[in-house]
Amino acid sequence: MKALTLIFIEILQAIVVIALAPAFAGWVDVLKCWTQGRTSAGVMQPYRNIAKLFVKDVVIADNASWIFRFTPYLVFGSAVVVGSVVPIISMNLFLAPSADIIVVIAIFATARFFMALAGMDIGTAFGGMGASREMMVASLTEPAILMAIFTVSLAGRSTSLLHIARAFASGALVLRPSIVFAGIAFVLVVIAETGRIPVDNPSTHLELTMIHEAMILEYSGRHLALIEWGAMIRFFLFVTLGIACFLPWGIAVTDNAGDIATSVFLMVIKLGIAGAVLVLIETGLAKMRLFRLTEFLGAAFLMATLGVIAFFILE
Amino acid sequence: MKRLETALKAVFGDDIKPDGHREPVTFTVPVAMFAEAARTLKESYAFLCAEWTTDDTNSGRGYGIYACFRHSNEYLIVKSELSADSPEFPSLVKYFVPAYRFERQIRSLMGVTPVGHPDDRPWIKFEDWPEDAWPLRKSFDASKRMVRSDGEYAWLRAEGEGVYEIPVGPVHAGIIEPGHFRFQAVGETIVNLEERLGYVHKGIEKRFEAMTWEEAVRLAGRVSGDTTVAHSLAYCMALESMTHCHVPVRAQWLRALFLERERIANHLGDIGAICNDAAFAFMLYQCSRLKEAMLATNHRLFGHRFMMDKVIPGGVTVDIDLTAKIEMLSELDFLDRDFHRLVRIYEESSSLEDRVRGTGILTSELARELCTVGVVARASGLNVDCRVHNPFPPYDSIGVDSPVLVAGDVHARVWVRVVEIRASMSIMRTILAKIPVGPIAVECGAVSPDTTGFAAVEGWRGEIIYWLQCGQKGEINRCMVRDPSSVNWLALEQAIKGNIVPDFPICNKSFNQSYSGHDL
Repeated sequence: MKALTLIFIEILQAIVVIALAPAFAGWVDVLKCWTQGRTSAGVMQPYRNIAKLFVKDVVIADNASWIFRFTPYLVFGSAVVVGSVVPIISMNLFLAPSADIIVVIAIFATARFFMALAGMDIGTAFGGMGASREMMVASLTEPAILMAIFTVSLAGRSTSLLHIARAFASGALVLRPSIVFAGIAFVLVVIAETGRIPVDNPSTHLELTMIHEAMILEYSGRHLALIEWGAMIRFFLFVTLGIACFLPWGIAVTDNAGDIATSVFLMVIKLGIAGAVLVLIETGLAKMRLFRLTEFLGAAFLMATLGVIAFFILE
Repeated sequence: MKRLETALKAVFGDDIKPDGHREPVTFTVPVAMFAEAARTLKESYAFLCAEWTTDDTNSGRGYGIYACFRHSNEYLIVKSELSADSPEFPSLVKYFVPAYRFERQIRSLMGVTPVGHPDDRPWIKFEDWPEDAWPLRKSFDASKRMVRSDGEYAWLRAEGEGVYEIPVGPVHAGIIEPGHFRFQAVGETIVNLEERLGYVHKGIEKRFEAMTWEEAVRLAGRVSGDTTVAHSLAYCMALESMTHCHVPVRAQWLRALFLERERIANHLGDIGAICNDAAFAFMLYQCSRLKEAMLATNHRLFGHRFMMDKVIPGGVTVDIDLTAKIEMLSELDFLDRDFHRLVRIYEESSSLEDRVRGTGILTSELARELCTVGVVARASGLNVDCRVHNPFPPYDSIGVDSPVLVAGDVHARVWVRVVEIRASMSIMRTILAKIPVGPIAVECGAVSPDTTGFAAVEGWRGEIIYWLQCGQKGEINRCMVRDPSSVNWLALEQAIKGNIVPDFPICNKSFNQSYSGHDL
């Protein structure tokens, strides 16, 4: 009976993540329109885009291999897997014990690896260009994100997300310098990982400046829908991961319905605020020159390292 | 001061004489001396504005090769007559870089050979047209369907370890005109950029020859849709110079008003678009809002958002009344205020500044060597502006504040536009305050056979040149259109060298040259 409830919550969370991720992306777009003085297409627009792509035909280059066809499913699948193990609405998830934070990062890295392969697979100039840029960014973000995560896991005395979230949720609200440093590093990394301004421009039409978009330029129809949806889930997860690690208060520790409802409600509010913060950064900044990224992500790595050092010195 | 004329006379003595009383002064030289004349003019610091050919076989002659030069406010045309059997002339590429494309175009479209030109690939004309199909020749029947043949365009190649090619276009991911760019890059650094244009070749110059003088102004207004006022104005002024038509003063002031409104609207759009290429979308939407306000006012007051077909030979078609004046003045107040705020945001965004400063530098030397015009030239230290050096009323009395910057980077090109918008606003205020009363159009007389007309107008991109030639029967024998893009496209290839691939879009946008005006 206990196991069944856990599986039910597990499924509920997966559905929440898959279903809500486009809404979050839509919310960010809405805020972005407002800050630019435009009327927006509404929170529902990403759903309409996905629905549109699913009814469209898929066009595949003649020389595409299985990698090209397989990658969209891998990208979407990996996002869903991560979405169902990270404690978002409840800590009592069936698979939560497997949510080791290094595993989560590795799953995302696998998806990214295949995406880069798929970009090069069809042999267009843009795919290769996007893949090489993506790998450059990845080589800088991944050390930084791991360092940030290590700081948090030092504080939580585990690399399991569940333990970290539990330790934080039960702890008193204290401002720890190590966590603050790690939190700043994490925000910088999330911006790079999810391809937002000032690192990448998610709404660009300029073939030559793209990073993420350049890799998926050849995708169409349901493949593109899956990749875009996967990217939205990924964006959503990175933000919730940040919330789970740095602002875990309010996640349901028990599995009664009332607690879960409160936790969903709190999550929506936290996401709304996180979206606003991201939009303010995006609107206020121009995109960086490509080779400035090393400085930006170097700063993220530095912050995360400071977090680790601060932990050992101060705590 | 007639510096070029003096220089030419000093070298050639009395061997050459100006052709009748044409404006500008036109010297006919023997073909063998054509390049020599160009060299002399180069030594006098002349710019090559345009080079073109005419087919005079209908008048019982052969072909004519023309080159138009400018030094400060003096225009001068050098002309040679070529035989009908084997038309060729010595290439000017050695002295003037822009001749590179003018002459390739001449060879492709008119079948006249520039001897000594290093590049025999076609330009504008595509390789799937037969080698001997020369659309600008009179013997070419434009109504016939072209038989396609196979052909391949020989791209310039860069070879070596780590060099790779990026082909971009002609179909782009955004809604822009078609053009192909081929980059050779090492890592992200651009080693070479080669442009390939001609995808919007519509045969405009050929089409002119089948039209009457009055109809043709509508075609001129459609050479490049975003510059419709300046193009139709340049055509009208060239035509008026042939018919000795005296345009009423009020019409001239109205023309200037339209020209400045066109300039402000397009510059606003450009500034927004440049910022958007650095992902600073806020500026794009705000500038677009201001541009849209102007276009809507145009529609209300003049009946067309871009003021197409409002300039006609002999004057203009619409007048302004007191309410229109008041509306434009209040619009100016609103524009002034909002634009000022946007410029402050632009200035205070350090992340944006980081992208635009030092990017895509076109040095003054290159800008001069490439004979660039307009915004691009003024951002690279060249003081060229037809409104200043060849003013027509009211510019002669108003005084134009034409900015010249020396940095030559994207920021300089943005800033020239910012200053020009402010200057245009003050010009508009003066026009609205002082515009004289009177008629807005007069009838122009008929064009007399075997005459030529010339006009240069400062459109928002830069100097637009029209050269018209009347045939034996009073028809249009040749209409040469020189959009600023014809010379400025070359400058983009040079400015981008050594920059990184992702900086190309912002550089390209800061040039924002016309594909349609170039391809014709």
